[in-house]
Parts: sequence; C-alpha cells; structure tokens
Amino acid sequence: MKIQASVGLTITIIAVAAVVIIVAAQPRSATAVAAKPAVVLPAASTKAVALFLPPTEQDMPKNEFGQIVKLGRDIFDNTGQYASAYVGPTNLRCSSCHLDAGRLAHSAPLWAAYVSYPAYRSKNKHVNTFPERMQGCFKYSMNGKAPPLGDPVLVALESYAYWLATGAPIDAKIAGRGYPPVPKPALPADYGRGGQVFEQHCALCHGADGAGRLDAGGRPTFPALWGAKSFNWGAGMGSIKNAAGFIKANMPLGLGGTLSDQQAWDVATFMDSHERPQDPRFKGALAATRAAYHDSPDDMYGQIVEGKIVGKGSPSKENAAQVGSQ
Amino acid sequence: MPQTRTNAFLVSLALAALSDSAIADGAVIALHGNDRGVPACVTCHGALGEGMPANGFPKLTGQNAEYLQAQLAAFADGRRGNAMMTPIAQTLSADERVAVARYFAGMSGATASAETSRDSTATGAHLATLGRWSEGLPACVQCHGALGAGVGTAFPALAGQSSLYIENQLRGWQLGRRPPGPLGLMKVIASKLSAADIQEVASYFSTLPAGDPVPSAKR
Repeated sequence: MKIQASVGLTITIIAVAAVVIIVAAQPRSATAVAAKPAVVLPAASTKAVALFLPPTEQDMPKNEFGQIVKLGRDIFDNTGQYASAYVGPTNLRCSSCHLDAGRLAHSAPLWAAYVSYPAYRSKNKHVNTFPERMQGCFKYSMNGKAPPLGDPVLVALESYAYWLATGAPIDAKIAGRGYPPVPKPALPADYGRGGQVFEQHCALCHGADGAGRLDAGGRPTFPALWGAKSFNWGAGMGSIKNAAGFIKANMPLGLGGTLSDQQAWDVATFMDSHERPQDPRFKGALAATRAAYHDSPDDMYGQIVEGKIVGKGSPSKENAAQVGSQ
Repeated sequence: MPQTRTNAFLVSLALAALSDSAIADGAVIALHGNDRGVPACVTCHGALGEGMPANGFPKLTGQNAEYLQAQLAAFADGRRGNAMMTPIAQTLSADERVAVARYFAGMSGATASAETSRDSTATGAHLATLGRWSEGLPACVQCHGALGAGVGTAFPALAGQSSLYIENQLRGWQLGRRPPGPLGLMKVIASKLSAADIQEVASYFSTLPAGDPVPSAKR
C-alpha cells in the first residue's frame, strides 16, 4: 500500500493536506473566541496521519477495464455531459464536492468511500451498497434521478472508484474519508456574519447571488451554492455541519484551511439557509418533511430565516408541481 | 448583499448606457492613440490586439472588458507597476479606459499566430487541467475555465496568451511585483510553482486555440 505522510491535527482530524500555507500556530482556544479574520488554524501537532495515496492518471490501465475507468473519470468531472440522463438542472459535477477528481483526502475522496461500503445509513435506514450510495448522489446532490443499478454510468463510476482504491484497506474509518468535522465555535453560527464571510471569501467565484459561474465558452465552472441550479434539499451538503467541514478544509479553492472554525460554520449556515430545489422525498408539507428527514439543529429546512420559511424549494421544472402544492 | 446587488445593477446599467460611440472611441484609441500622447495600442499589442508574444506583450482580443479595465486602473494608480503601461494608463481618461477595454473585449477571431509553438508538455497540461493537489494547487482551469477560456470579470482568459507574458506574471506574483489579486489567490498559486512549472504551464496555455468554444473539457 502506498502511503504518504501528512500533517494531522490532534483531537479532531482537521488535517488540511491540500494546503501549504504557513500559518501561525495558535492554541485551539483562540479559534473559539470570535470570528477571527483571515488565517486562524488550530495548532498543528507533529502527529502524522498516514493518508492513502491513490494511483495517478498515468497508472490508469490501458486495457478494456481501463476504458471504463476512464469513462468513470470523465463522468465524474463532466457529469452533466456524460451522464445527462441522470443529472437535473444543475451546474454541479461530481468533482465540485469531491476535489481533484475524487482523489483529495478530506474532500470525500472516492477511494475512501469505496472501501466504506456496504454500510448501514441512518438516512434511509438500511444497508446500502456502494452503487446505491452513488444513486443518492444523483438523486439529491445532482438534483436528478438515480441511474438503475447496473446502468453503465454506475458501472463506470464504480470502476473508477475501485481503481482509485487500489491498495487501500477495506476500512470505513480510513483516514481522509469524508469532510473533517469542525468543532462548534464559541458563538452560535450566524446568518448575518456568514453573509459577510460569503461576500469576502466566496462571492468572487460563486457570484453574489450564489448561482455559480460559467466560463466564457458557456461551460459550468463554479458550482451554484443555492437556487434552482444547486443541489436539492435532500443532499448531504444541505447539512450545515457537513458543509462547514467541506468549506473549512477546502475553500476557497487553493486556500483551504484559511477560514476560522467560526467563519466556516457561519458561512455554511448562510449557504444552507437559502432556497434550493425541493427534497424529492417531500411529504406534502414542510413540517412533515422536516420531521422525517431534517430534524436536526444543523438543518434549516422548514425553519424561519430572516423572516421567511425555507424549504419551499426553488422553482424549477422538476419541482414546480411540488412547490405549487404548498 | 442587497447593496452589492444594487451596485452591480447600477454598474451594468452604466455599462449598457455606453453606446456604440464608446466602442468607436475605443477603436480610435486602439488604432491611433489619443491627442494627449497615448500611442496606438496596436503598436505593441498587434493590429488585431493579438499581442506580440515574442516580447511578452499580451493578447487583448476577447479578454473580459471589466478585467482589462481593472488592469488599466491598476496601472494608472500604481497598484500594478509597469514602466510602459503606467504612463499610458495615466494618460487615458476613465471613459477612454472603458472604451478601449470594450473595444478589445469585443474583438474576436484573432489568435497569437506569431507564437513559436512549443509542444505542451505533460507537466504543463497536467498542472493546467489537474493541478497538483498534493501541494494544494488547484488546476488552472478550475478558475480560468475549461481550456483557459476565462471566467467572469476576475479570471482572465489564458488560451492563446503569450507564453512569455504568462511567465512574467507568474514570476511577478512570486516576487511580489504584481499585486496578489482577488483573495490573494495568485500569489499563493505562483508560490507553489517552480521555474520549470511556470515555463511549461505558460507554454501549454499559449498553444491553446483562443476564443473557440470547445464543447468539453479535456482532462
């Protein structure tokens, strides 16, 4: 097994392997005082966490299997183009949230997911296989529909994930999996402060309206964080806790780890307090849907934010009927 | 946030109000300079704004207008130092800067034909399209768009740009000669590039066709 050494952090694993920014070491307590500007990271320990290192692009097999692995990689990076039948009206792609084409530790890498399934998920209360887990990504994060099991799209993605996991141990607790949890900051996460963080650190790329941006050739470049083209209310990124983990470790792109814990929670709260496409599991009423799927303090669905109830769903063709029934 | 939106709206209204006459003024400046001593832009940037790659004079054609305008403003007030461009930008009025930026942004079709085409090496293509995430280095195209087409007003097009110009900018960020730009991103990015990386990634973008819509991002 190939491994690489990376700097880890003591209590929670907030290793930000992606960042090589020199940061003044600060005691953990300092991060919990208030919204600190700019670079504030907990003190890095010298304890090294061994991170799995997936094979490189050059290692991709050149045979029939390799062709499907490559197809999986292409789907992963250009999801709307290569898997259009299953992608909703979104400008997201798999690699929007799984950086470095699913390689990057602490950005929900594919190799870690692959070795973590089958697994029981409280989200749907049964043991999910890896392909079923990916179906969820299409249904919620891509606001589309689940490819049937055995569909060439799922086969290619599974092949890519399997290949990336070459040499990794079967281990649901493999280091680097998911997004590192960010400790709850001293002040309760705040929409208003989050808006300021967004304006200063996020709007440059995602736009002041959070709708993302296309490049000059019309191709989606920066993903929509809310609104009709974003992930829907059923996606994992709709959880503030989850979003704070991704943001702290990876955002802004290339500057991961530079926001304080407070800033990460505040801006995640801001992002996840905006309207987005309806949860496909909508039960006909916000309260019932919240009770069934969103009953968490880290979830704003069905809650009142800035005087308005969120969760009605951004209008889009796919969920207009549901929204209309509100 | 609403304030920002209002401002953005007002700015777009103001831009929309600039009629064809503004573009005509831009053409005059580009082709003839102005009566206060600004030379014709095309003298150094090429008759079609295609740049003069061998000298590192950048291609302007098809670049985002607001980006060009922001650079002229930065040259004028000294935030972006350049012995040639600073006096020129200072001698253009704000209106003239808008007009000339819009003129070049509106041109299309010109590519950097004079560029001595070097094969884009594996390293250049790799950095451009995949980055080097083991060092926290995103792929260039993640912000500059697929094949360096450019994104919005803050991430300029790189496709078909002078290789020497790109190299000079990256070195400028490394040495602190060019301001680090929005979020200080480019200083951080440049600090992770070796001299060889810079050459290869610059060469990669210089050989990409500019301005041609390409349906899919090649990884």
